[in-house]
Amino acid sequence: MANAVADHAHGAYGHDSHADHPTGWRRWVMSTNHKDIGTMYLIFAIVAGLIGGFLSIMMRLELAEPGLQYFSNPQTYNVFVTGHGLIMVFFVVMPAMIGGYGNWFVPLMIGAPDMAFPRMNNISFWLLPASLSLLLISLFVEGAPGSNGFGGGWTVYPPLSVAGHPGPALDFGILSLHLAGASSILGAINFITTILNMRAPGMTMHKMPLFAWALLVTAFLLLLSLPVLAGAITMLLTDRNFGTSFFDPTNGGDPILYQHLFWFFGHPEVYIMILPGFGIVSHIISTFSKKPIFGYLGMAYAMVAIGAVGFIVWAHHMYTAGLSLNTQRYFVFATMVIAVPTGVKIFSWIATMWGGSIRFSAAMHWAVGFIFLFTVGGVTGVVLSNAGLDRNLHNTYYVVAHFHYVLSLGAVFSIFAAWYYWFPKMSGRIIPEAIGKLHFWVAFVGANILFFPMHFTGLAGMPRHYVDYPEAFAGWNKISSYGSYIFAFGLLIFFYGIYKAFTSPVRAADSPWGEGATTLEWTLSSPPPYHQFETLPRISNSGH
Amino acid sequence: MIRWRNGAAALLALTAGSVGEAFAGTGQPSPWQLGMQTPVTESAIFLNHMHDGVNIVIGLISLFVLALLIVVIVRFNEKANPVPSKTTHHTGLEIAWTLIPALILVGISIPSFRLLKMQIELPKADITVKAVGHQWYWSYEYPQDQGGGFGYDSYMLDPEGAKKANQPNLLAVDNELVLPAGKTVVVQVVGQDVIHNFAIPSFGVRMDAVPGRLNQTWFKTDVEGMYYGQCSRLCGANHAFMPIAVRIVSPEKYAAWLVDAKKKYAEIGSQPLKVAAE
Repeated sequence: MANAVADHAHGAYGHDSHADHPTGWRRWVMSTNHKDIGTMYLIFAIVAGLIGGFLSIMMRLELAEPGLQYFSNPQTYNVFVTGHGLIMVFFVVMPAMIGGYGNWFVPLMIGAPDMAFPRMNNISFWLLPASLSLLLISLFVEGAPGSNGFGGGWTVYPPLSVAGHPGPALDFGILSLHLAGASSILGAINFITTILNMRAPGMTMHKMPLFAWALLVTAFLLLLSLPVLAGAITMLLTDRNFGTSFFDPTNGGDPILYQHLFWFFGHPEVYIMILPGFGIVSHIISTFSKKPIFGYLGMAYAMVAIGAVGFIVWAHHMYTAGLSLNTQRYFVFATMVIAVPTGVKIFSWIATMWGGSIRFSAAMHWAVGFIFLFTVGGVTGVVLSNAGLDRNLHNTYYVVAHFHYVLSLGAVFSIFAAWYYWFPKMSGRIIPEAIGKLHFWVAFVGANILFFPMHFTGLAGMPRHYVDYPEAFAGWNKISSYGSYIFAFGLLIFFYGIYKAFTSPVRAADSPWGEGATTLEWTLSSPPPYHQFETLPRISNSGH
Repeated sequence: MIRWRNGAAALLALTAGSVGEAFAGTGQPSPWQLGMQTPVTESAIFLNHMHDGVNIVIGLISLFVLALLIVVIVRFNEKANPVPSKTTHHTGLEIAWTLIPALILVGISIPSFRLLKMQIELPKADITVKAVGHQWYWSYEYPQDQGGGFGYDSYMLDPEGAKKANQPNLLAVDNELVLPAGKTVVVQVVGQDVIHNFAIPSFGVRMDAVPGRLNQTWFKTDVEGMYYGQCSRLCGANHAFMPIAVRIVSPEKYAAWLVDAKKKYAEIGSQPLKVAAE
């Protein structure tokens, strides 16, 4: 029971007691503070992003011209492709959105003093540097005979990942994924408990901000899909090391079983990567249009529908595996269904802006860019959902174009949008708006030049995971590579903005974005006190 | 003078090449290609046409969303509209933007299911061949009861070999699959070591070659010529270097080729199976 004396000593907010505010290395290594942990996740995601980005620049340097210029060993190229995918998915997008922004802002938005399990929150974070270390080590030990690292793609299909990679590299990779998966499962438990149990008095589920809704659905997807991935990769580990034959047809096993297990996780995973972005975009669009989100309940339940239906469409990643006609028919139908709630969201964001009084801040640039570019990526997904069309497009660059539009131009744009929106709140500093806008335009131009031509090479038949290609694909590949250099240059602008923020004497107000910012984090100081809401706020109106 | 002519020729080639769609390759990609390779089977022709239709739909949707965003940026920026409205609902709109996309998807699904059925349901085969994926080459087998009874390996040619054969680099092989025009061919696809994928864009064919699983696909074309595809499932170091090449010839030439090939290539299944009852 919290006692009156303790409450009085610690005060409402703004008054930090020395006793409960750790300092030095203990503050970070043994943190139980959701804001500090969120900050660590964001820094981690930036560092991992530089590594994953380096791998992709090397790939684009190689693909700029036909022939082999940088990768004398083609297997090394496959290792770079694999590493790029795993790092961006598990160590950039998920940590930034869920660990970073989720930890920082879900408790603040629901009026909670911290997450439900602050100490478990800490282990969720620290599992990630351990996990990334294992993955990086895998790059330097033998994988396929005569080469280092695992080069079988982020999907890790057997038999290539069993008989095809006898060295220890993939064992390091599997253990890395075990740790990252555990980190996310524990995090999911934390978010679900926090959101269901710790909303401030008066904040019913239907008054909860949309970012919190997004994290709630995301947490359920993590909780239910990651154990299946864990099972699948553990079966790989035992096939590789302990004499089992789950996926070995010479001993009664089936490689296709792995694909079903992987994609049962893999498809919800892509919604895990985008749903927090949907929440972020809702907040930013509403703030800078100075209007509540149009159709709040539709938006919340569209996310629930996307999450739920996302569990029953996995085999649209397997249309060329040799599935029966009826199986393919079902997955075509179910996959197309998801386009409906997604469309509801796109039109609701536009309807929110309609009639608004829009301030085109840096964050708003990124959010509006997201709406258009995610639509482009989404409609190529509708094309691919048709198994008949996928027959010619599966595993070509058309698929690479599709998922990079929804990820690099969707999820990543929402991450940068959130960065420029919440940076003043997190740091108490200001990134000059002009820098955020310049970064947007350079990223927009670079990413479109990089990824749009991939639709063409894919339609023309260029396969994925190729270190080299027939001469005819050279033109568009050269253009894509230039786009990647432009996008990489944009990252310099991003870092310059951080530098300017921390070297300037200007400090951020509690609510720098004006009357449109109606969620609870904007009622706190910038940055918020170490502990907030030790006296819970009472919620009267919805504020969304 | 000669330099000017070469320059003009180069410019013409560039512009001609950049009208991508009209110059889409048949059986192979062409530079700056925008669309799919020219289809030569009924299912690939249907695929291409359906894709053209769906492309128009998604293009219009994307442009519609872009147009709405531009209108919003122009009409509702804070200078143009200083007082925001408070509208957060409009039942009619919400129904429309749920129902209309659903109807569009129903419209797409009608040709989609027809195309899928055409691809998956195997017609009666005139010829059956087996394609086996290996690290890193294909091997093809022709059954004895169809004038075959042999098999051979098909390796990618190196750049000099491709140039000598006057075929595209990374697509040319030493022994391509040879088949007759106008006949229904069923291809049985299997992987010998890891998963590969047998793909030929101009035929609309793409099937995983999985160890321990016999997948089947089919095609039928009337157009003689060389058709290339590339392995389409990551299979290790030389995944990019194990192309598929099919030479479609007249039935007469095919019959003659069969006779020669039977002599030239190793015999497969030449020992009759011993059955327990015997």
